Amino acid sequence: MIEYVVQQVVNALAAGSLYALMAVGLAMVFGILRLINFAHGDLMMIAAYVAAFGLGAGLALELTIPLMVGGTVLVGLLMERVAYRPIRGAPDVATLLSSFAVGQILQNGTLLTTRLAGQPTLIAFPAPAGLGGVAAVGPITVPLVNIVSFVAGIVLLGMLTVFVTRTNLGLSMRAAAEDLSAAQLMGIKVNRVVATAFAIGSALAATAGLLFAVQAGQINPYIGFTPVLKAFIAAVIGGFGSIAGAVLGGYILGALEVFVTAVAGIGDILPPGSVSPEVRAFLQQWLPSALASYRDAIVFLFLILVLLVRPQGILGQRDRGDSL
Amino acid sequence: MLELTGVEIRYGNIRAVRDVSLTVGQGELITLIGSNGAGKTTTLRSISGLLRASAGRIMFEGEDITRAPTDRIVAMGISHCPEGRRIFGSLTVGENLRLGAVTRADRRAVAKDLGEVLEIFPVLEQRLGQAGGTLSGGEQQMLAIGRALMSRPRLLLLDEPSLGLAPLMVERIFATIAELKRQGLTILLVEQNVHHALDVADRAYVMETGRMSLEGPAHVLRRDPRVEQAYLGGGEVRA
Repeated sequence: MIEYVVQQVVNALAAGSLYALMAVGLAMVFGILRLINFAHGDLMMIAAYVAAFGLGAGLALELTIPLMVGGTVLVGLLMERVAYRPIRGAPDVATLLSSFAVGQILQNGTLLTTRLAGQPTLIAFPAPAGLGGVAAVGPITVPLVNIVSFVAGIVLLGMLTVFVTRTNLGLSMRAAAEDLSAAQLMGIKVNRVVATAFAIGSALAATAGLLFAVQAGQINPYIGFTPVLKAFIAAVIGGFGSIAGAVLGGYILGALEVFVTAVAGIGDILPPGSVSPEVRAFLQQWLPSALASYRDAIVFLFLILVLLVRPQGILGQRDRGDSL
Repeated sequence: MLELTGVEIRYGNIRAVRDVSLTVGQGELITLIGSNGAGKTTTLRSISGLLRASAGRIMFEGEDITRAPTDRIVAMGISHCPEGRRIFGSLTVGENLRLGAVTRADRRAVAKDLGEVLEIFPVLEQRLGQAGGTLSGGEQQMLAIGRALMSRPRLLLLDEPSLGLAPLMVERIFATIAELKRQGLTILLVEQNVHHALDVADRAYVMETGRMSLEGPAHVLRRDPRVEQAYLGGGEVRA
């Protein structure tokens, strides 16, 4: 039983880290530009493909990671420059549509590339040495990638915290997210701050993409869709636009998902004799294993509840008048 | 030092400001007064580059800044303390002040200026670690002015610094403005509190419905019957 709990906690932290890494990128860009960048998930997908290419070509993980992060950051910066900067200040709907278009272009571009390379839509992800396999501590076994995900999440988000609190550029980013025109009056260059947000968001998405691909074992051009949706939910639960909120929302979402999956069918899993037959029957009736397939519905229900109580999200601030 | 010639600013099809000309000389404290919606704030925003003038020219120390981006204008030495204070409420007081100097590279000079700002506004020193949004209105105004000073401006644009403050705090803010002028800072002050503004200013411009209607030395305008009637004594606004 204790093994089961520990495993689930590790799973929750791992899932939470991935959501948090994705949600932070969405939140940073939204905070500054009020742009919901749905193409953010496709950056994760691009990263997975670059990693698959690198590892497939026999490159070591230590060389693949910089290649992957660099490539993804480049795509992220290009996306901002080509698709978002020219329409900055346009109504939110226009920028939202633009982000869908960018996502489609990235997905179709990837699909086209795999076709031209003579590959199928779904390709196996070559599990790199050092990320595959399981870690075992006594009777407790968890996939190694889950532990790596959690550690990577904590380390990268910690570095981000240092960046936004200790450096001038990070401070400028927070100021721009709070009040863009007041930030301009400080002499802050908006383009530089926006590019920084995209670069950092892309790098974090790239990391999430690699970890996601290792977990899934296979990739296709559409793997970014569900994660970006989940990251969006995480960011909204936490308070959209707030970096801390995105992290908190990511871990809440990860914990909630794993919890729902873990308690589903718990009555069947519990070792014989650990609970009375009445309790087991009760659990089997009310927490059937079929509950797991309603995971996403339960997550959305939770989102609705959070928004009913706090429309601005847990750490969000009420909208302020932002025109100078 | 600063010279606006025939500046016109549009919001879409509406001409908010037309044919505005004004000059601010080195070391002067100039006030721009007028009723609500006369175009004072709009004029300041065009100087700091947040709005583009559709006609006319804005020169600062011999350089044309009409089309310069805001970051460049700030780097040239114009600091704009905006209407409504616009401090970063979720950031600490210390971070707000740091942001005022965020583009300056010389850390030692910045630290020295921080000391000077805290000397002008000692109350901020006790609040350095507190979120800006938790300050009172008057303290927020001090923070906004302090933040604007942190860029070491050669010209300070102050927009309605006394708005919404208690009378005692208004006195305090105007005393600070007078002190900054005494230290040699050049200031362009937009105010609805005409009485106080004319007290501290060297010269004044009066704006009405997007145009300049009067200008002259502050002590002369104080006695001008049109100003007295419209802004000091009450009554119908008609020059």
